[in-house]
Amino acid sequence: MQVRYGERLTPWGEVWRSALTSGPGIAWVTIFLLLPLVAIFVISFLSVGEDKPADLPFTLENYTRFFGFGYFGFDPLYPVIIGRSLVLGAGTAALCVVAALPLAFFIAALPGRYKNLALTLVIIPFWTNLLIRTYAWQILLAPHSLLANAAAAWGLVPAGHALYPSMMAVYLGMVCDYLPFLVLPLYSSVEKLDWSLAEAAADLGANRVQVFRHAILPQITPGLVAGIILVFIPATGQFVIPDLLGGGKVDMVGNLISRQFGVSRDWPFGSAVAIWAMAIVMVGLWLYARQARKSGESIV
Amino acid sequence: MRRRISAPMWLVAALLYVFMYAPIAVVVVYSFNAAKHGGPWAGFTTEWYARLLDDELKKQAALNTFILAGVSTAVATVIGTMLGYGLSRYWFPGKRLFSWLMYIPVVIPDIVMAVAMLMFFGLVREWIGLFELGMTTMIIAHITFQIPFVAIVVRARLIGLDPSLEEAAHDLGANSWQTFWQVTFPQMVPGILAGAMLAFTLSLDDFVVSFFTTGPGATTLPILIYASVKRGVTPDINALSALIVAASVVGTLGVTLLQRQPHKIGG
Repeated sequence: MQVRYGERLTPWGEVWRSALTSGPGIAWVTIFLLLPLVAIFVISFLSVGEDKPADLPFTLENYTRFFGFGYFGFDPLYPVIIGRSLVLGAGTAALCVVAALPLAFFIAALPGRYKNLALTLVIIPFWTNLLIRTYAWQILLAPHSLLANAAAAWGLVPAGHALYPSMMAVYLGMVCDYLPFLVLPLYSSVEKLDWSLAEAAADLGANRVQVFRHAILPQITPGLVAGIILVFIPATGQFVIPDLLGGGKVDMVGNLISRQFGVSRDWPFGSAVAIWAMAIVMVGLWLYARQARKSGESIV
Repeated sequence: MRRRISAPMWLVAALLYVFMYAPIAVVVVYSFNAAKHGGPWAGFTTEWYARLLDDELKKQAALNTFILAGVSTAVATVIGTMLGYGLSRYWFPGKRLFSWLMYIPVVIPDIVMAVAMLMFFGLVREWIGLFELGMTTMIIAHITFQIPFVAIVVRARLIGLDPSLEEAAHDLGANSWQTFWQVTFPQMVPGILAGAMLAFTLSLDDFVVSFFTTGPGATTLPILIYASVKRGVTPDINALSALIVAASVVGTLGVTLLQRQPHKIGG
C-alpha cells in the first residue's frame, strides 16, 4: 500500500489507474509510431519482392549499398548524399550558433518588459509555417529584388540575376528557419548565468577571450548543446529547403528516403536509410543526455 | 545584475530580427502587390484575397487543413492529457522506458516518421483493407505526433503543482473522482490549453507527414503551397500564406499569454 498525492493505492490499483489514464496514449503511440518504426527496422533487412514491396530473403545488401557497395562495385553516390546532409546540418548549426550567441545575450540583458517582447518576437517565427518562410526567400532573392540589386552593384552577380538556386540561398533559408530553435534554449542558459564568475575571472587578470572561454562558456554549454541538437537533427533530415532554394538538383538524405517510398518503390533500401537517419539522431541525443547528466541539469 | 548593451550589440540584434522577419514581412507585403507575376511593387491591391474566395480548390484545402488540425487536436488533447496525468501520478512497469520512447516523435526527422506511417498504413491495408490513404490516415498521423507534445506539456504543469492541495482534499474526505475534478483538473487547465495550442500549431505547420499520409482529394494548404511554389510563386499563394501567418501569430500570442498567466491556486 502506498500513498500518492493523498490517495492510498495498492500496487495493482496503481497499475490499473495507469492503464485507465496512460493506456490509450501508450497504445496509440505504440501502434502508430513505435510499431511502424520496428517494421521499418525489419524491412531494412529484406529484399524487394516480385509483387510485394518487401519480401524474404533477409539480406544486409540495403546497408552495404548505403555505404556505397552496389551491384557494380564501389560507387560513392550514397555516402556523398549522407555526407552532404551531415555537412548541411552541421553548417546550419554552426551558423546558427554564431547568430544565436549575440541574440541570446542581448535578450538576457534587456529590462524585464522588453525581454518578454524580444522573446515573443523569437517565438513567432518559430511557430510560423516553415514552408512559407522558405519560399519567401525566393521572393527576397529574385532578380531585381533589393538583395539581388545590391549583389549586382557590388559586382557579385550580373545585373538582373537571381540569387537562387544556390548553396548560399539554401544556407540563408536554413539559418533563418532554424535560428529560433537555437536562441530559445541558449537564452534559458544565459538567463541563469552567474556573472560574478566572469567578474572574478576579469579581476584575476583574464582577458575577454579567456573570460568567455573559462567563466561563461561552461555555464551556457547545456543550452548550447540542446540548441545545437534541436537544429542539427531537423536540418540534417531537411529536404524541402534544399529543394526550394537549391533548385532540387542536389539530393539530401530526406529526398533519398522519400524517393524510395515514392517513385523508386524500394522500401527495404528506403528503410535502411531511415534507420541510419534515426541512428544519427539517437547518437546525438545520447551525447546530449550525457552532457546534461554531467552538468546536472536538463533543458528540454 | 544588469549588463549594459553596447551599440554594436543593438545593431547586431536588430539585424538578426530583420533577418528573421524579412521572409514573413515580404509574404505579407507581396500579398497586397498588384504585380501579376511577383516582380517589383506595382501598387496596392486586395484582389488576391478576393480571388481566394472564388477558388474552390484553395477553399477546400483550407477547410481540410482546419478539419485536420481541429479533429486531431481535439483527440490528441484528450488522450495526451490523460497520458500526461497518468505519467505524472502513477507508476507502471516499463514507465521509464516509455517516458523515453515518448520523445521519439519530438526528435526524429519528420521524414522518417512520415515514411514509417506511410509504410504501416500500406501494410495494414494489404492485410485487412483498412486505412485507405486520405483524410483519416492524415488525422491519425497528426494525432500520433501531437499526443507526446500534449502529454509533455501537461506533465510538466502537473509536476510543478503543489501536492499538498490534493492531499488536503483526500484528508478532508473527498474521493479520488471529486479530488480530480475539483482540485487537480482546474490547476491543469492552463497546461492543457497550452498543449492544445501547441498541437494545433504543429498540425497547421506540418507539411512532410501530411504529404506522405494523404491520398487523392485530401489536399491541405501546406501541400498546396508546396505544389504551387514548385511551379513559381503566385500572388494568391502569398495571400493564402499571409492568412496562415496571421493565424500563427495569433496562436503564438495566445500560448505566450496563457503561459504567463499567474497560477491561481498552488504553484
